[in-house]
Amino acid sequence: MTLAGLTGLLLAFIARLITGAQGHWRGCPPKAEQRIYFANHQSHLDWVLIWAALPRDLRATTRPIAARDYWTKSRFKHWLTRAVFHAVYVDRQRTQDQDPLEPLVEALRHGDSLVIFPEGTRSTTGEPQPFKSGLYHLAEQFPQVVLVPAWIDNVQRVMPKGEVVPVPILCSVTFGAPIALAPGEDKRAFLDRAREAVLALRPAPA
Amino acid sequence: MGSLRDLDAEQQVALLFLMLFGLLVLVSASAIVLSLRERAEPTLAQLERHDRFVRDLRAAWVGAALFWLAWISGPVGSTLLFGVLSFLALREFITLTHTRRADHRSLILAFFVILPAQYLLAGGRWFDLFSVFVPVYAFVALPVASALAGDPKRFLERNAKIQWGVMVCVYGLSHAPALLLLDVGPTPGRGAFLVFFLVSVVAVGFIAQEVMAARLRARPIARQISRSFSYRAWALGVAAGMLAGVLLYWITPFEPEQALALGAIAAATGSLGELVMRALKRDAGVRTWGQAASVTGAVGLLDRVAPLAFAAPVFFHAVRWYFKAPV
Repeated sequence: MTLAGLTGLLLAFIARLITGAQGHWRGCPPKAEQRIYFANHQSHLDWVLIWAALPRDLRATTRPIAARDYWTKSRFKHWLTRAVFHAVYVDRQRTQDQDPLEPLVEALRHGDSLVIFPEGTRSTTGEPQPFKSGLYHLAEQFPQVVLVPAWIDNVQRVMPKGEVVPVPILCSVTFGAPIALAPGEDKRAFLDRAREAVLALRPAPA
Repeated sequence: MGSLRDLDAEQQVALLFLMLFGLLVLVSASAIVLSLRERAEPTLAQLERHDRFVRDLRAAWVGAALFWLAWISGPVGSTLLFGVLSFLALREFITLTHTRRADHRSLILAFFVILPAQYLLAGGRWFDLFSVFVPVYAFVALPVASALAGDPKRFLERNAKIQWGVMVCVYGLSHAPALLLLDVGPTPGRGAFLVFFLVSVVAVGFIAQEVMAARLRARPIARQISRSFSYRAWALGVAAGMLAGVLLYWITPFEPEQALALGAIAAATGSLGELVMRALKRDAGVRTWGQAASVTGAVGLLDRVAPLAFAAPVFFHAVRWYFKAPV
């Protein structure tokens, strides 16, 4: 096993130790098909949590999106995202002639699954913000890829914005029933429907 | 029974584990045979009872295996093992209580400073400091860390909850490995037998109480908290614990009458601790900590360790005080 593989196992183990990283497959079973998981975004740990909740053999083909400027800055960060997580890099600064979704399209064409956070940024209120349109464009271009909504619960308590040491608190990832873009569906309507699908997985407050 | 006492420690341990695992195999085997028998359509209550039984049996197997691991891995291993158990229990406790963002530092203090320090003190046999570290020093440190975070909202409530969690999950549980390391009586190095004694007496007392409660149908004293807890059932559970204590006296440094008294103490505190945990669960709005549908993924560890967490400190202190054990 390579160093990157071992690091991945170690990170998954730590994530499980700290958060439990329980995956609840409520709407669909974990399956080796091409998928886009889309989830609420509250913490830097969100990706690791989804990744640790996936069965081990799905982890290799499921890739996160990483901001190129931040995650390639130091050698360690670059290695972590490239070798361990196989991240898809995107540029945050939009250039004139380039489609920002281009790297994602390429990864999907390649047959990989993706995890995206369509809010675009971490929400601080716990209430997901409106979804950005990237999900819609990907769904339009790749109708065969299964779109799975996911709700990540409790993670904001593990590591609030601005803190570095995580506190051990149990978290869960709930995967819902896949949704699909209806023929001729309006962009805004689809994005709202996707957001509703994520919100529907939120457990009722105790 | 006296002749059992003359066996050397190795033989006694072998005998104990043979008895423990033999009993578990017997129970599991009969459960499997019973489940093969054809039966009329079971009612929902029966199904629920069966589910609970299967869960408890599985927990008993895990517990027995853990205990065996603690035994073969020696003092360092068992301290570590209980440390991890403590960590998981506290994680579950904190998950189910409402903490705020400002509690982050106190929680880090609890998980990564107080917990390891307490187990280090146990492992190093510094029992004088061990006994006061959480009630005295952590008691001061936790609210200070919280106050420095500068959030006055529900300050007392938040701090009380964290303190309580540390007290039960760290302080209480850490007395199990401390017992392992305690030297009492004429023959040192037999602490593991004390833990075995404690766990079996608490378990017997608790099971007897549950069975008796189902039989007697006496009026519950605290209906809102537990529908089965009554003084009569509790007293019978304590009596069963005393009996178990006497039957096990040969593995301990105690005389039979001492074993009787300590059995009573352990069984009484264990089942009362369970009652307290039940009250806490009602407050948090969960039926078992490890509810199958629980979104947090709590595994129900707190349920299992609660009686031990309450009984162990009392038992530890009683033994140490009575025998004036050297530190």
